[in-house]
Amino acid sequence: MAQAQAQALPDREIFYLADEHDHEAGGSTMLGFWIYLMSDCLIFAMLFACYGVFGGSYAGGPTPAEIFELPLVAVNTTMLLLSSITYGFAMLAMEEKRKTGTLAWLAITGLFGLCFIGIELYEFSALIHEGATPQRSAFLSSFFLLVGTHGLHVSLGIVWLVTLMAQVGRFGLTVANKRRLMCLSLFWHFLDVIWIGVFTFVYLLGVLR
Amino acid sequence: MSAETHAHDDGHHDAPGHGTRRSYLIGFALSVVLTAIPFWLVMSGAIADKQLTALIIMGFALVQVIVHMIYFLHMNTRSEGGWNMMALIFTIVLVAIGLIGSLWVMHHMNLNMMPGMEMNDTSAM
Repeated sequence: MAQAQAQALPDREIFYLADEHDHEAGGSTMLGFWIYLMSDCLIFAMLFACYGVFGGSYAGGPTPAEIFELPLVAVNTTMLLLSSITYGFAMLAMEEKRKTGTLAWLAITGLFGLCFIGIELYEFSALIHEGATPQRSAFLSSFFLLVGTHGLHVSLGIVWLVTLMAQVGRFGLTVANKRRLMCLSLFWHFLDVIWIGVFTFVYLLGVLR
Repeated sequence: MSAETHAHDDGHHDAPGHGTRRSYLIGFALSVVLTAIPFWLVMSGAIADKQLTALIIMGFALVQVIVHMIYFLHMNTRSEGGWNMMALIFTIVLVAIGLIGSLWVMHHMNLNMMPGMEMNDTSAM
């Protein structure tokens, strides 16, 4: 032991592991992506805090009970829940190495995502036509900011989904593509978790207020 | 001196667990129920007391978030050698500080800055 050190030291001091073993490519991708999601979670937490602070400042404008349509929100929530389970089925098909099945379930997931975005855009345009624009009151500003940020995430998720479908279609279920699909899986389910907060705190509690 | 040969092998290779068809279906069924009940409570006004309804709804949301974490995000204490859970707990602490802190501070600011407050103060003295 002491001898080994004595031999190593005189030449040059090595402060790093000279013969580090191989890391598999992308070995820490999932953890890194998880940490990104947690940072995204903080963004949403601040937007929720913003809505919590301003949610009651109507400035004489419309109140949540007057403008929110719960049946529409329920349909919207259903779309997102359905897209979550269809993504789950895509992952199962991926595990069973069924390329066509994976692509089919991904396509269905994307369609549910599009329905969600479509309904949300319809809701926004209806609100704006009623005069409930983001400029009307602090409540509406924070509402559009929070719900719009979530909608933007879902939209980008759909772009990502289509990209991965092209990747899988072209190169098949390679290790790299599987890893990408797992990242998108986390992202997609994470957006569902955020939506639970949105429909509870913004819509349901807003109408109750 | 085999320090460099062992340590790393454990945490890395366990791919995040994928649910089975059964676990996905259980998660889906649970989240449908946990979504339908709050919507029904608010839309039908089944409970007259609004504050109680609000508390129940928030309870349902909390349970549903946990259901999603377990059945869809496949969270457990072992994934990525526990670092997933560490990052999650750290985030929950930050989220709690941010949310509770903002609401608490702004609530008190609203109370203390209401117009007419100064008049009340001077009349009290």
